[in-house]
Amino acid sequence: MNTTGSLWKRSVNGRTALLYLLPSIILFSVFVFYPMFRTIYLSFFLTDQAGNAAINVGFENYQYLLGSSEFQNSMKATILFVLYTVPIGIILALFFALLANEKLKGIGFFRTMYSSTMGVSVAASSVIWLFMFNPSIGMFNRLLQTVGLPQIQWLLDPEWALLSVSMSTIWMNVGFSFLILLGGLQNIDEHLYESSRIDGAGYFYRLRRITLPMLSPTLFFIITISLINAFQTFGQIDILTKGGPSQSTNLIVYSIYREAFVNYQFGTASAQAVILFVIILIVTILQFKLGERKVHYQ
Amino acid sequence: MKKVELINVSKSYDKQVDVISNINVTIEPGEFFVLVGPSGCGKSTMLRMIAGLEEITGGTLKIGEQIANNLSPDKRDLSMVFQNYALYPHLTVQQNITFGLDVKRMKKDEQKRKAAEVASMLGLTDYLARKPRELSGGQRQRVALARAIVSETPICLMDEPLSNLDAKLRAHMRSEIRRIQRTLGITMIYVTHDQVEAMTMGDRIMILHEGKIQQIGKPIDIYNHPANPFVATFIGSPPMNLAKAVLDETTEELVVENELRIPVPGMERSKLPSHGMTVGIRPESILPLTPEQTGGVKLEVTTTNVEVLGNETIFSFHVGTEEWMAKWSGQWHIGIGEQLPVWLEFDSLSIFDGEEGHLIKKTVDQSHHVVQQEVVE
Repeated sequence: MNTTGSLWKRSVNGRTALLYLLPSIILFSVFVFYPMFRTIYLSFFLTDQAGNAAINVGFENYQYLLGSSEFQNSMKATILFVLYTVPIGIILALFFALLANEKLKGIGFFRTMYSSTMGVSVAASSVIWLFMFNPSIGMFNRLLQTVGLPQIQWLLDPEWALLSVSMSTIWMNVGFSFLILLGGLQNIDEHLYESSRIDGAGYFYRLRRITLPMLSPTLFFIITISLINAFQTFGQIDILTKGGPSQSTNLIVYSIYREAFVNYQFGTASAQAVILFVIILIVTILQFKLGERKVHYQ
Repeated sequence: MKKVELINVSKSYDKQVDVISNINVTIEPGEFFVLVGPSGCGKSTMLRMIAGLEEITGGTLKIGEQIANNLSPDKRDLSMVFQNYALYPHLTVQQNITFGLDVKRMKKDEQKRKAAEVASMLGLTDYLARKPRELSGGQRQRVALARAIVSETPICLMDEPLSNLDAKLRAHMRSEIRRIQRTLGITMIYVTHDQVEAMTMGDRIMILHEGKIQQIGKPIDIYNHPANPFVATFIGSPPMNLAKAVLDETTEELVVENELRIPVPGMERSKLPSHGMTVGIRPESILPLTPEQTGGVKLEVTTTNVEVLGNETIFSFHVGTEEWMAKWSGQWHIGIGEQLPVWLEFDSLSIFDGEEGHLIKKTVDQSHHVVQQEVVE
């Protein structure tokens, strides 16, 4: 009996599986794996204007980035942005979801309203926020004026720009988080609450000992997704501030875009992309390691 | 131990038709009271109204001597076991059992001691550190039971607690729940759709149908003297055989389905109405014809189906348009389509009013008593 023949026979299951997976393997290869490996490859090169690899520089791109004050600033802005948007966004969404989960008349209306921001594209809502932030005709400054507070240059003041962008981002993301959390809340067995009511547990006791633990898989999911999304924010920066003023909102993805498509430095842009990838990877792994212990899967 | 009293209690949703109406019953302290009925009859709703999980839209609910209509569930001094057990999946068995104690801010040591006590009573000691998902159905059931017991409330409500268990375990848990109830002397209100559970567990049972009380009483009384045709067919397996009947004034005979003629004894004659009636007879009261039998009515039947269950034989046959069943003890070799002489008595008939359905004539008591006899030398 020849061995290749038996190997061919033994692998019949594996080959069948591979055949079934082929469509997604092809799609992933073309749109995910190839660009990813190409990015890693390019990050070791200096490129010409067309983005072709020209000179192999090894780790010099990375060395340059880690020493560059511009990149450090961009990292700092990104981390601040994540810290501003993720916790507040999720707490807000959880609060709305808890409210909307109550059995009240007309609650369907509020459920639709709270989740409606999901239906608005980043570009469209950014334009609306752009108008609201406008120092002379914007709604926010009008409001401040009527209350008698000093005017704020929302998007033009380096102190305020990142906060302003964060505010609009929270507003944009709250719809999605709300919807996921509401779904999680509605999955909790009603009998658990009834049983605890017979025992005499109050609202906050139930929240702490039933709702939050039972919601933990959903919370864990939404925290992971929100973190990744926050690290990858691009659209609202491009429309609201273009990274300015004085680089204060130059988040890392925007900085990658500028480096590649404005400055045509595909090498350093790729290196930034790789660093971002590693950071998100580390954050996600850390989250899984630390967070999962507190998650109760059914 | 507390009594529970329902006075004219009713329930409606959105002020529409009553789903439950006119419930009047007093559940005595320490009693095992079973609510039984087909699905959708309102028995669970009634239990939830007693628990305070559903609003009472009419009438008065009294727990102990106190009117409880507007008391919150925790003020009613009761515990409840749910059909799906409602265990907290993220807590261990121990934490599940002590959940209610923790709510009441009992000291941790005390909680632990009580949990251990109840766990040993129900054989859960080895599982205290496990999560519910690591337990079998029967063990989960016990945890739910333990949670109800540990609270030491005088009243315990159970909503079909055994319906998710297999038949063997169910029979075991039936006696176990009964034993615990007796030992602790709790007032138990138990909802089930299973008439076997109702018959075997209840001190008294209440049969509900379409939100109305059909009958309340001791299981055996309900079996012997069902108040109406619904109860007659709901309790007992196979159900009581029913058929339309009229009285033939000239021959003084009860004519069942124009086919079976049963002579009516003189003293019973005056009790029967002149209009239509429904007669019922338990399958075990249709007897094999033996030479020594005198009186009664002989009947030649053709079997349409036969089931031999080891210690008893059930066969069915037609009486007019109705299909009746007979249950004989022992194993009988009967073929389908066979002609068979059977025998029944007027005494074992239940007769219901044809229009209103109430019981006109009871069966005559045929139960056996064990008489204690001493052997004297």
